[in-house]
Amino acid sequence: MHGMTQGDHDPGHEYEHEHEHEHEHSELGAMDLRVRALESLLAAKGWIDPAALDAIVDAYQTRIGPRNGARVVARAWVDPAYRDWLRRDATAAIASLGFSGRQGEHMVVVENTPDTHHLVVCTLCSCYPWPVLGLPPTWYKSAPYRARAVRDPRGVLADFGVVLPESTAIRVWDSTAEIRYLVLPMRPPGSEGLSEDALADLVTRDSMIGTGLPRSPSPA
Amino acid sequence: MTMSYHSHADLGGREGCGHVVPEPEGELWHAAWEPRAMALTVAAGATGAWNIDMSRAARETLPAYARLSYYEIWIHALERLLRERGVLHDDELADADADADADRPRPGSPPPPRLLRAADVPAVLARGAPTERPAPGPARFAPGRRVRLRTGAVPHHTRLPGYARGRVGVVESLHGAHVFADTHAQGQGEQPQWLYTVVFDGGELWGGATGAQRLRVSIDAWEPYLESA
Repeated sequence: MHGMTQGDHDPGHEYEHEHEHEHEHSELGAMDLRVRALESLLAAKGWIDPAALDAIVDAYQTRIGPRNGARVVARAWVDPAYRDWLRRDATAAIASLGFSGRQGEHMVVVENTPDTHHLVVCTLCSCYPWPVLGLPPTWYKSAPYRARAVRDPRGVLADFGVVLPESTAIRVWDSTAEIRYLVLPMRPPGSEGLSEDALADLVTRDSMIGTGLPRSPSPA
Repeated sequence: MTMSYHSHADLGGREGCGHVVPEPEGELWHAAWEPRAMALTVAAGATGAWNIDMSRAARETLPAYARLSYYEIWIHALERLLRERGVLHDDELADADADADADRPRPGSPPPPRLLRAADVPAVLARGAPTERPAPGPARFAPGRRVRLRTGAVPHHTRLPGYARGRVGVVESLHGAHVFADTHAQGQGEQPQWLYTVVFDGGELWGGATGAQRLRVSIDAWEPYLESA
């Protein structure tokens, strides 16, 4: 990140020894062993059920991800009453489509307009609306995003290849408590005749965080 | 409680962190151990042996925080929470051969308050852990009020980011009363407090240069973080 190379570390850090130790096995091998050992110990002690871990992984690989949020957005694009419900009580409106719970207990939806573009971050950790977007991408949890999103959001958007008009104001939402935010992007031009399913296919994860825009419909 | 508390996780506004590296939507994991680490953390948290604010405190005070990947942070903090509660003992992990000696006698460990069973996973995830509570009294600030965010060092876990401390913003909305992270993290109970969205002009936070970005930033702040301005 700062042009440092292996062996170029600052030796003054107390965690250096542990870090170097992990490199002896290579980072991945060491963590593989560590997590496996922890899981088997906790199973032996009766603290976890390995089958529950399988069920959790399966849920976030197959059921709980950004396609859920895309359904919410597509519904809001075609149904003004639903959009209004999202404004008044996003938690209930989203739950009506079957998406609720862990890390989405208290939802707020923020709507992009030509005047204002919304961007969501968690500068303090990695708070993210899991029921509608699933697990956060690595960059969302990374120092560059968390550091810059609140200070230089146009620079962050440039990293994603997004350039907004100068006239568009930016509103950044730092998720510092248990409210979780979902961006409702603007419906792309040329999507007028599309079905709700086809509209959902235009909605990207990044467009619901605010670091991207929805896809444009491909010409028929 | 130790005399000082330092979070390594309060990154908002820090300079020199480099560029953001986007990744494709379907890219969930970057190593084989990551899904197990995620699920282990979720399942262990579901025992109720600690709360989410305690686990955030355990993560953000890891000395190696800045060096670790996010799921590494989760695992290091999970081990720490388990050690603090006598569930893991020194050297137990180093000795543990994943497959071999499951029947070897182990140092005593307390039972978990609850065990998350596979059959209960969908319902537990769908329910989550709502934090809204009955209000302790009337809210002190109404939408439109100017407020200054508390300043000064906080000797415990808090959710007031450094960049907002001492800054003046405007109350935009109220979200009801919620479990107060500061006391919850310290084992001092939920002590629900009114929760507000407070919005700042970019210029108030970063000076004139970023005002040119036509930027506004909001945080969610519990009432004890706020004073009249």
